[in-house]
Amino acid sequence: MQRMNREAGFRSKEDRLRDLLTRGLAGDDAAYKMFLTELSAHLRAFLRRRLARLPDEVEDLVQESLLAIHNLRHTYEADQPLSAWVQAIARYKLVDLLRRRATHEMLNDPLDEDMELFSTADSDAAEARRDLDKLLEDLPDRFRLPIVHTKLEGLSVKEAADLSGMSESAVKIGVHRGLKALAAKIRGAL
Amino acid sequence: MKTDDLITMLATGAGAVNKPAATQRYAVAIGWGAAGAGLLMLALLQVRHDLAQALLLPMFWIKVGFVASLAAGSLFAALRLSRPGAVIDRVPLALGLPVLGIWAVAAFALVDAEPVERSKLFFGDTWKSCPLLIALLSLPVFAAVLHTMKDLAPTRPRLAGFAAGLLSGSVAAVVYCLHCPEMGAPFIGFWYLLGTLIPAAIGAMIGNSILRW
Repeated sequence: MQRMNREAGFRSKEDRLRDLLTRGLAGDDAAYKMFLTELSAHLRAFLRRRLARLPDEVEDLVQESLLAIHNLRHTYEADQPLSAWVQAIARYKLVDLLRRRATHEMLNDPLDEDMELFSTADSDAAEARRDLDKLLEDLPDRFRLPIVHTKLEGLSVKEAADLSGMSESAVKIGVHRGLKALAAKIRGAL
Repeated sequence: MKTDDLITMLATGAGAVNKPAATQRYAVAIGWGAAGAGLLMLALLQVRHDLAQALLLPMFWIKVGFVASLAAGSLFAALRLSRPGAVIDRVPLALGLPVLGIWAVAAFALVDAEPVERSKLFFGDTWKSCPLLIALLSLPVFAAVLHTMKDLAPTRPRLAGFAAGLLSGSVAAVVYCLHCPEMGAPFIGFWYLLGTLIPAAIGAMIGNSILRW
């Protein structure tokens, strides 16, 4: 009985998120925002269970996964279970992080054992350690300006084009490629 | 940046997604790649002079059928492997069936032939150049398919690279059929397959570094 309830809960969640995403992909930004917000809670729980020994990495990885999901949203096809799609992306980013850390730790001495007590703190586990604003600032102008204007200041593509002196299609491409470049920067910076 | 701010940023002005479906993009990539392979074939090799007669022989169509079905199987594999979370349990079957098919025809031909003819059926006249030429002709398709795949999201980059290589090798082999004079099923089942496996092996090797996201 309990199992059936859990299964039904999963189904309804899956259906709800899929509906939000489908509407988002069709151009409904409010639905898309709700999709990302609800999804981030699931991602956080999923990643926290798997990063029990690295609690400080959880929020960074939530952000990295959200950015990847956004950049790859065109690869979701409606005939596919949403949970499988999201999980494959989150798992890929998780393995990528663990691999990067393994390489990093091989090249650098890990912290002394007796510092371990102070190196973990639960209260700021919800804070991302990586500062995306800073990484964004480092992007070249052709990527940075379109993102800042259309996505942070909320201007339309046309207004952003007038303001930056770029063409409208250059603004659109700049946003698209810029978010990809941001994801690549995250991968490069541990 | 807080996660909520990131979400707001991503959703603001996100708009509708109207990229063509993966199938369509692969079709375009394969079309351009095959055209490139065709030009390469015309420039470096040439169409076999007896093509008109060969078109009438069943063995020619068995050969084309084998490489074309291998191409279809590896396109299926590439499509599945370039989307996160897609089910891939039917990929081995899609790739295995064409190979088993040509091997069955080859075994039949070998059993049926006189013992002295068997090595001729296997080696033909061009076994030294055939795999390398197929690998060479695969380059345009390989580049186009990898480019498409990179814009999707393979979560198993090595396998995806393998599928991309196999796809380009088998499309190149279809083009190569227009040049190649060999008509022995054992030859096709080994040397053609080897030719398609060269780019596949390269794809598996470079997949991890090229297809990362």
